[in-house]
Amino acid sequence: MASLRVSGVTVSFGGNRALDGVGMTAEPGRITGLIGPNGAGKSTLFDVATGLRRPSSGRVHLDGRDVTRMRPSARAKCGLARTFQRLELFGRLSVHDNLLVAAELGPERPRAAGVVKEILDRLGLTGLADTAPDTLPTGVGRLVEVGRALALRPKVLLLDEPAAGQDAEETERFAALLRSLADDGTAVVLVEHDMSLVMSVCDDVYVLDLGKVIAVGPPEVIRNDETVLAAYLGDA
Amino acid sequence: MDQFLTFGIVGLSTAAIYAVIGSGLVLTYTTTGVFNFAHGAAGMLSAFSYWQLTVGWGWPVPIALAVVLLLLAPAFGLLVERFILRPVQALGEAERLVMTVALLSGLIGVARWIWDPNVARPLPAFFDDRPPFHIGPAAVTWHQAITMAVAVAVAITLRLLLYRTRAGAEMRATVDDRALVGLTGADPVRANKAAWILGTQLAALGGILIAPTVTLDAAQLSLLIVSAYTAAVFGRLRSVPLTFIGAVVIGCTESYLTGYLPQNDYLPGLRLAAPALLLFIALLVFPHRRLRGRDRRLAPVPVPTARGTLVFAAATIAFGVVLASVLGEADLITYGPIFSLGIVALSYVPLTGYAGQISLCQLSMAGIGAVVWAHFGAHGQLWALGLAVLVAAVAGALIALPALRLSGVYLALGTAAFAVVLDRWIFTLPAFHVLGVEVALFDQGSVEVTGPSLFGLRLDSGEELMVLAAVCLALASVLVAALRRGRFGRRLIALRDSEAAYATLGGNLLFAKVLVFSLASGIAGLGGALYGMQQRAITPDQFNLIAGLPLFLVAVIGGLGAVGNGLFTGTALIGPTNALITLAPSLQNPVALLPALAGMGLGKNPDGIAAHFRHQWEPLGRDRIARTALLAWLATAWLLRLGDLIDGWTFLGGALVVAVALRTWASARQAPAAEPEIPVEWWGVRRDWRPEDEEVLARGVAAS
Ligand SMILES: Nc1ncnc2c1ncn2[C@@H]1O[C@H](COP(=O)(O)OP(=O)(O)OP(=O)(O)O)[C@@H](O)[C@H]1O
Ligand SMILES: [Mg+2]
Repeated sequence: MASLRVSGVTVSFGGNRALDGVGMTAEPGRITGLIGPNGAGKSTLFDVATGLRRPSSGRVHLDGRDVTRMRPSARAKCGLARTFQRLELFGRLSVHDNLLVAAELGPERPRAAGVVKEILDRLGLTGLADTAPDTLPTGVGRLVEVGRALALRPKVLLLDEPAAGQDAEETERFAALLRSLADDGTAVVLVEHDMSLVMSVCDDVYVLDLGKVIAVGPPEVIRNDETVLAAYLGDA
Repeated sequence: MDQFLTFGIVGLSTAAIYAVIGSGLVLTYTTTGVFNFAHGAAGMLSAFSYWQLTVGWGWPVPIALAVVLLLLAPAFGLLVERFILRPVQALGEAERLVMTVALLSGLIGVARWIWDPNVARPLPAFFDDRPPFHIGPAAVTWHQAITMAVAVAVAITLRLLLYRTRAGAEMRATVDDRALVGLTGADPVRANKAAWILGTQLAALGGILIAPTVTLDAAQLSLLIVSAYTAAVFGRLRSVPLTFIGAVVIGCTESYLTGYLPQNDYLPGLRLAAPALLLFIALLVFPHRRLRGRDRRLAPVPVPTARGTLVFAAATIAFGVVLASVLGEADLITYGPIFSLGIVALSYVPLTGYAGQISLCQLSMAGIGAVVWAHFGAHGQLWALGLAVLVAAVAGALIALPALRLSGVYLALGTAAFAVVLDRWIFTLPAFHVLGVEVALFDQGSVEVTGPSLFGLRLDSGEELMVLAAVCLALASVLVAALRRGRFGRRLIALRDSEAAYATLGGNLLFAKVLVFSLASGIAGLGGALYGMQQRAITPDQFNLIAGLPLFLVAVIGGLGAVGNGLFTGTALIGPTNALITLAPSLQNPVALLPALAGMGLGKNPDGIAAHFRHQWEPLGRDRIARTALLAWLATAWLLRLGDLIDGWTFLGGALVVAVALRTWASARQAPAAEPEIPVEWWGVRRDWRPEDEEVLARGVAAS
């Protein structure tokens, strides 16, 4: 089983450091929360992990292998998958075909159709299989993104605000889904603004502020950490 | 040394013109976000107008200059802004691109219509009655001096205008952040107008300055702009000073190439192609912002059913057979390209429709196919057709590699440059040897083309070639439809919809792009070979950039995502225009403008009209009675035609009338009986529960 480890990652936009020597580890079978106020650098860290953005320094390891110089597609072949905060669905393909493209690129491509069917079922999207994703509300669109990532059968799964736009009941079901994924041995990284979800499902939580990790620990510790509270208050 | 200086002066004065034109381009691009392919054509039109006023009507030079620069050019810029670009401003980048390409094609048509291209129109240089003066050993003509002075004046004026006036501040504001312009109180529409006026004036100035040094030819002048584009790319389409530097580099390169390139058969074309080659290189070398932003709208890509595809293919072949049997030999040559150019147009469906790669060199790829067939298939060997497809596919793979670094306008520019390099240089080369194989092209003129032998049968008459082309179009359409239903088609669409998502799922962009470029070029090569056979002899002119523009425009109008677009484009491009010319030969010139006008109609019908057509004709296909009636009518009329009882026009006209009548009848019959509205809560109670209701509900719930 694979783990994701980033260390000392720095990214600058112009003079502005979006990430400043960030390190994080995600272990198989665990759900790692990544929280922080808006603009903290969470999505940028995902971009670095998946290879969409080159860090000016720092390393990314997947399953012990240094993948810092690998292209995004090569990292996907190592079992890394993600969703996007600003939806990146294939707008002209049906929901079903969105997942199919992923399944056909993944390790189970000979039985891609079966994989898609199973995942649509698991996420309760079967009724929407033939819809165009652009017509869906963003909450459902995010679920389709999760499904597409799952169709790759990832070992490391990065989720960027997947539950935004869901109601309480849907969130609960989503939490159960995350738990079952972790139980299957997937390393899950969850970026989320819904604190109750993060605190209830995560095994470890990283707190990012202004490009730096300001706290790491189990939810119950983070919940009562003064610096974390200050970071959020400073933001408000 | 003297020679070096002299060529340097020539280079600098050319550079001055490129700088003037290029800065106009940068100005409109930065302010309005539109890369204007017709920028050079505006300059061309101004040069012609200036010629008309001075030489044609004998007006004094200052008055003519004032009229063109202060009246005509601004008016033209405003018209373009209002009627051509504002309607598509809210649409995607591709639509804006199509508009200016249509404008380019249209302006060339207009100029050829007004000013007969067969008449020479010398334009005197400024102060050509005064002797040149000398700077050291080098002679400088007054025209050259004036040109350089104008460039300096333009540079100073632009600087003052952009940084010292309110209009300039607005234009710069629009550049920096379109969304914020409103907040700062600037008016984007006014800034756009100002940019179009000024940009067109700069193009006009450049056109008038360059015209005396070259022949006054619509296409040539419009393409002189390639050098100005290169200068603008040096400035990354944003910086006026860098554009000036780029212009100097290009002007001097061109001039020194003329001066120092050895004289032989292979290089004169290189001199002509040098600007395009430089453009190609500049595009690859200069880093530019990837236009990664997702387009607001992309052409829809309907999934054809297997049955629908087969019916369409059969109809295509039937259409070919019927046309072949009713048309005379001369008409067969005129209308044959419906199918062969239809195949070339079909290549846009996977390339641009699915994968979103804009290419302006598909007709050049067709040219490669044609020329390979002409030489290797001279005795009709069928394998040569495969070779033609293969060579075109390899050429396609070659442009795919630079295409990886380019997208949107940059890709369109790059492929246009490639088309120009092929047409001006490669296609004009005499035969040469590579690794012992003789590579012959157009033999510096035209080459004969013959038909293939199929199972010992020599296909060489117009009828046979038309049917062959129809069969090939049908097969190619089936292939593209299969692609759309299959894995590769899905991947192409996916990579266009989101490159980031496709890559993070493990998709290989390089592989997919190279493959789709070669596939599309192979299809275009096949079309080109068939086109060559039908034309009997081919010249490079038939495959140049300008000739390819109408094909691109009509294909876009047809809807790039629809498999039926090949037949649609071929028919729409070749059919009505030639029929009109046959009926009224005097319409030749206005008819040449039709594709451009259609292209400009894009704002009204951005999804393409091929799908719309399919929709309209579907009822006829579904209605058994109407379908049988139509087939029976067609068969009868066809027999009458074969028996020479009616002529071809009666046959086609009659078929059209009957088909439209039957379609109307069929759709009226199928119009659903109006059903009383039943509230959703009562579904399954007041009326039967239908399987599709479940989906409707699911969607409604999801949307709430
Ligand atoms: N393409 C970019 N160019 C310039 N700056 C950027 C770019 N992308 C992100 N940034 C900046 O980097 C910082 C981190 O952004 P990022 O999107 O990673 O934050 P985030 O933690 O995901 O925030 P949110 O909770 O709002 O999603 C922000 O200050 C943002 O403005
Ligand atoms: Mg984010």
